[in-house]
Amino acid sequence: MEQHYQNLYDILAHSQGYIFPNEIDLQWGILIVIYPFITGLVAGAFILASLERVFKVKILKPTYQIALLTALSFLLVATMPLISHLSQPQRAYEIMITPHSSSAMAIFGFVYLWYLTVVLLLEIWFDYRKSMVVWSNERKGVMKWVYKILTLGVSDISPKAVKWDRKLGYIITVVGIPSAFILHGYVGFIFGSIKANPWWSTPLMPIIFLFSAMVSGIALVMMVYMIISYIRKKSIDVNVLDSIGKFLFFVLILDFTLEALDQIHRIYVAEESFEIIKLLVSGKLYLTLFVSQGLIGTLIPLITLAFLQFYKHQIKLRKSMYFIVSMLVLIGVYSMRWNVVIGGQLFSKSFSGFTSFKVGLIGLDGTLMAAFWLILPIGILSFLLWLLPPWKMIEEEE
Amino acid sequence: MSQSASTMGNEKVTSSRRKFLKTAATLTAATVGYSWLKSSQILIFAAEPKDVTLPWYGIAIDIKKCIGCGSCAKACKSENDVPKEPFFFRTWVEQYTVKNDGSVDIVSPNGGIDGFVQRVPDEEIFKSFFVPKMCNHCAKSPCEQVCPVGATFLSPEGVVLVDEKYCIGCRYCVQACPYGCRFIHPVKKVANKCTLCYHRLKKNLAPACMEVCPTGARMYGNLRDKNSDLVKFLKEHTTHVLRANLNTGAKLYYNELSSEVR
Amino acid sequence: MKLYIPPQIPRLAIAFAVFISLFLVLRHFLVPDTFGKYGPYRAAALDDYAKLEVHYSGQQACFACHQDIEDLKKTDVHSEIHCETCHGPGQKHALSSLPADILKPTDREFCGKCHILNAAKQKDAINQIDLTKHNIDKNCIECHNPHQPWEMKK
Repeated sequence: MEQHYQNLYDILAHSQGYIFPNEIDLQWGILIVIYPFITGLVAGAFILASLERVFKVKILKPTYQIALLTALSFLLVATMPLISHLSQPQRAYEIMITPHSSSAMAIFGFVYLWYLTVVLLLEIWFDYRKSMVVWSNERKGVMKWVYKILTLGVSDISPKAVKWDRKLGYIITVVGIPSAFILHGYVGFIFGSIKANPWWSTPLMPIIFLFSAMVSGIALVMMVYMIISYIRKKSIDVNVLDSIGKFLFFVLILDFTLEALDQIHRIYVAEESFEIIKLLVSGKLYLTLFVSQGLIGTLIPLITLAFLQFYKHQIKLRKSMYFIVSMLVLIGVYSMRWNVVIGGQLFSKSFSGFTSFKVGLIGLDGTLMAAFWLILPIGILSFLLWLLPPWKMIEEEE
Repeated sequence: MSQSASTMGNEKVTSSRRKFLKTAATLTAATVGYSWLKSSQILIFAAEPKDVTLPWYGIAIDIKKCIGCGSCAKACKSENDVPKEPFFFRTWVEQYTVKNDGSVDIVSPNGGIDGFVQRVPDEEIFKSFFVPKMCNHCAKSPCEQVCPVGATFLSPEGVVLVDEKYCIGCRYCVQACPYGCRFIHPVKKVANKCTLCYHRLKKNLAPACMEVCPTGARMYGNLRDKNSDLVKFLKEHTTHVLRANLNTGAKLYYNELSSEVR
Repeated sequence: MKLYIPPQIPRLAIAFAVFISLFLVLRHFLVPDTFGKYGPYRAAALDDYAKLEVHYSGQQACFACHQDIEDLKKTDVHSEIHCETCHGPGQKHALSSLPADILKPTDREFCGKCHILNAAKQKDAINQIDLTKHNIDKNCIECHNPHQPWEMKK
């Protein structure tokens, strides 16, 4: 407690202008930055997978299961930053039993459950069921029972049943696309609906969040595909990368346009809050907004991807460029989450001053915890790839 | 042969197992049905109960009378077990100094509890005044709207309260309040804010801040009672609420609120 | 002809039905009893608040014993000021009657919180004093009786 108060005294000494006395301590910290980052990766990865299934983009087939399993790994961890950030985490179940219908945050529990069970788990189940039945027959011991349980005992793999697997999976994917939009769009709405905070309050917020989510998810799948191929010592198909890169390019243009529109509107209309926001953007947020999100995360990837649409030589160089671009894009989207969440709390609601943010290292809401929640999905993904290897799936007998 | 759920293990279902399944299903259905009834109770009573025999509390603050002594902020912390550190305030006082060059100095050292010192020399001052701040107990409260579990609510008397045993500490309400009057209690680890001294109102005592204000700058009352001092005050003075454009239904009315105040 | 039901659907329907029933049963036991009585909140919270301790008793409680001070205060400019404004929370002292349970501030800075010269105070709201100039070696109450401020002590 004393240490906490000492931190607050430090922040108080560094506050600029006038802030309301209660505003010294930032309420939403780094955990709330990574939460939309993680759900964004889920939504984006899923939408890339849906491109193959619903819009029949055949070239993306090698990434289909990878995208789904990546989405599942991150989705399983998605609630954890939220729960570990609560100051009463043991009461987190209340959101499920007495959700307050007027609160956007309250629907989270149900949207999450819907997406996890009805969309993601079902789609993976339909896709893998035949393979799981075959694996349960081939294996012995514990693994036999693991696969048997995963099939829920539905062991019919006649052509008719398998055809239904594909049909039902298709329906789920179609339902899943708007579900993915809602899963991440509502996060944008949570911020966008706070009329008290002018940095957050805009109807564009859900859409901006969604498009940057798609950008991050696509970049993540591209990276995971390259890393997995490298680990398995399989060659990376550059046509797959070109295809993903094209989608990334166009979605990134849309994302940039939307965010630019938000800022241009804000500058042009110059409402009451504009003066303090101008100071925020040119001061405390300069590095993370213009350099990290704008230059590194958007402009350089856009130019590189545009270049790669035309430059088709030197395959090895292109693969490296795609890898670097996806990393830059992920940094950019993370910075965007930072700028929204932290930026919105740095200036006072009195519009007359700033506080500052010191992110701690240890503790339930510290950097180490955030890093843990980001690294855990990678562990889960490795486990899932071992349990349900896409490259060992039983192929369709056409 | 297609394998459906009903045929799998068909041969093995004995009468005792069937009985067990029947009982379990009936119990589950009964509990499900009862809990559904219980949840619809919430929907039925979701609207504000129109019990007009209860008072509907409002607040008025007369800027002309405030002398910036800080007694209100001090008494509030004593009455309501708020930590003495300068980071948590249910109410506080701000000093505005508008200088001749048009710039505005706003300060609130320790919420005004220790009083104020005017640092700007008299000859530079255009005008200066104190503004006490507290929870506005909004009728259309954005903090109540965003609470995901129903821990923040509007009581039947129009007082916005926090259920300390139910709050999960998500801080959504702190973000949603445009007036900055909420904080997270460092010991209780739940949201905390001015309760209009609800525990005192129930005993017909004035809120602590209003009890100790030496000039009578703060007052509270029943907005439904046309003869109350509060309603008479609203009638006789030109009043403003903070952030009227946000349509929070704030029930804290200021007399002589200058345009510099946010 | 018999309708073909794909084998996955009944099994999945059962899985979901079990899951949802389990959730509703759990919910029944977890929702607090008074939830929903007046609105979407736990009505017992109102009682939790009503039961809280009062620390400021109001000046009628003071006058019950200190009638002389009440009469004195009525005669001078501090008549509208309630006792606890200066003396702090009085409930403990009202119950115990011990002098140690109540504050008796004596220093200049305390009187200065109200009376110190400050352009932000409206001129007719209060008498203001420049504490850096006025009798700086004395405490205010050496000359001014706080219950009867204009009657100077000799």
